[in-house]
Amino acid sequence: MADFTELDFYDLSSLFSEDDIMVRDMVRSYCTAKLMPIVADEWEAGTFPMPVIGEMGELGLLGPCVAEQYGGAGMTGTQYGLICQEIERVDSGLRSFNSVQGSLVMYPVEAFGSEEQKMEWLPKLASGEVVGCFGLTEPDFGSDPAGMRSTCRKDGDDWILNGQKMWITNSSMSQMGIFWAMDEAGVCQGFIVDMSLPGVSAPEQKHKWSLRCSVTGEMICQDVRVPESSRLPNTQHMKSPLSCLTQARYGIAWGAVGAMQACFDEALRYTQERKIYNKPLAGFQLTADKLAEMATEITKAQFLVWRLGQMKDNGTMLPKHVSMAKRNNVSKALEMAHTCRTLLGANGITLEYQAGRHMCNLETVLTYEGTHEIHTLILGHQLSGVAPYGDR
Amino acid sequence: MDIYVCIKRVADTSEVDIEIDRTGLALTEDDFSYDINEWDNFAVEAALQLKEEHGGKVTALTVGIEDDEEVLRRALAMGCDEALHLSDPCFEGSDAWGIAQILSAALKGKPLDLLLFGTVSADEGAGQTGGFVAGLLDLPMVSLATSLKVNGSIATVSHEVEGGLERVRELDLPAVVTVQTGINEPRYVSIRGIRKVSGIEIPVSGVGDLGLDPNQVGASGARVKLEELFLPPQGQSAQMLEGSDDEIIDKLLDLLQENGGL
Repeated sequence: MADFTELDFYDLSSLFSEDDIMVRDMVRSYCTAKLMPIVADEWEAGTFPMPVIGEMGELGLLGPCVAEQYGGAGMTGTQYGLICQEIERVDSGLRSFNSVQGSLVMYPVEAFGSEEQKMEWLPKLASGEVVGCFGLTEPDFGSDPAGMRSTCRKDGDDWILNGQKMWITNSSMSQMGIFWAMDEAGVCQGFIVDMSLPGVSAPEQKHKWSLRCSVTGEMICQDVRVPESSRLPNTQHMKSPLSCLTQARYGIAWGAVGAMQACFDEALRYTQERKIYNKPLAGFQLTADKLAEMATEITKAQFLVWRLGQMKDNGTMLPKHVSMAKRNNVSKALEMAHTCRTLLGANGITLEYQAGRHMCNLETVLTYEGTHEIHTLILGHQLSGVAPYGDR
Repeated sequence: MDIYVCIKRVADTSEVDIEIDRTGLALTEDDFSYDINEWDNFAVEAALQLKEEHGGKVTALTVGIEDDEEVLRRALAMGCDEALHLSDPCFEGSDAWGIAQILSAALKGKPLDLLLFGTVSADEGAGQTGGFVAGLLDLPMVSLATSLKVNGSIATVSHEVEGGLERVRELDLPAVVTVQTGINEPRYVSIRGIRKVSGIEIPVSGVGDLGLDPNQVGASGARVKLEELFLPPQGQSAQMLEGSDDEIIDKLLDLLQENGGL
């Protein structure tokens, strides 16, 4: 299903700048021509399409908001959002690769790194020569990362890193990773870790039925010795890794719109063409109800991220704003993928159609980068002023 | 090399239901998205590849309204060095001859080695402009190019002819070549390219700047006029093939074989 028509019911395109539209259209045509034809097979095989790394690097899609002097494209937040939207129209796993490289690896290097670190790593990450990963989540600490068990201990001029990170996107195909660990004073520190160092391992998580085009694994550091120059010098305890997550969640809120669009467009075409009782499926009230609901949810989701993009670009975006958009858009996208799967009938369970693949992928997206429930708690906290979390 | 490439912004009609507007002479374009004419995109790529091989400069030109500037910006983001927007209210309604006069007036006196066009535009389907401009500028021309090479002051161009034959022609530069789709693989516009051209002012030339008589161009100067635009009635013999892709291919092959199509 290479054909695609975006639903733009309220002519939202007219609110974007000419450059925004040019970026969106470029990424859309790349995704349609290069990613769409291969994605179902890669997903079925459970493999990541390696040529995509270089292609995205060449097009400037890796860390597009990073400053130009470090190899980035200096794009706006809105443009970054549109990139995520277009990539996730193809597959959440491919967007995950892009989000991790840009928001979780390049962002902290640029935001918290030394000038030497930025010059050394950012151009290689932007071109795709180097792939990175982000080690924060641990087997027992996902929603509650401050409880992490990973440690960093000063030893002369070096640091000794220990810990096990889990559910790490890109881990086994990365050449470098950002490893977060608590120092002896209980302060969270970030390190740029060369994945080939002795003591570093990254076993891959197999048997996933979600994000099958994306590599997921562990990042284990066992008495890994790194120099002080590997430490990100400008971090501020947990605020720093959490601010990376805000960047990634921002992209996810946009990406979910892409997944919705893909599922909706496919289901709409199918229901217009497929006839039962000599009448298109779309001509039945039960279908009309589903199409109307989905079109409305897409339009609402588009407005959320459009405004969120404006707020990011004018510096007024706060984590709570990202929480609302991520929470809403991903859960609606998941519901929509399921609804579309039902509209496709039996066809919907095959990989010839996209809805089932998006549905499986979005189960992960609902849970990672702040579970749906955690974002609910964040919003509750922000609205009432009373923290609905457990005690630490 | 000084290469000029003439491009056009056209409506993408592939994904919308086509409707004729009330005049009966134009499409209702509310739902259309617009992009560079497909053939022209290949012409831009051909120009950029020649520049990369031989050095020089590529300039993109278009004739059209304010919104048409978008394709020039896109060409700049792809790697063109300069752009020129030929825009004037009195250009509206020009036929291919009128467009050719506007382009020729803009190109006259410019140092020019090669002038490229897409073979045809998706909206008009006439394929005349390149030929008219070659005539007006008194330049040799080859159309329907499927490959294009330059060696010194000679261009070598292959083009398709009936029966699957390919002809190779040599022509002295400066020259005009209209290119076919498939001559190359057009590059994607990179994000960095878009960023680079963001905010660039693209110069605009109107009828006065070009020294043209307003009556020569636009609707008043058009000698070919559109009489009617309509969607042909659906044929009775149309047959919809159903099944999986493989089944449809098999059925199609059988049908073609049965009816002498192969």
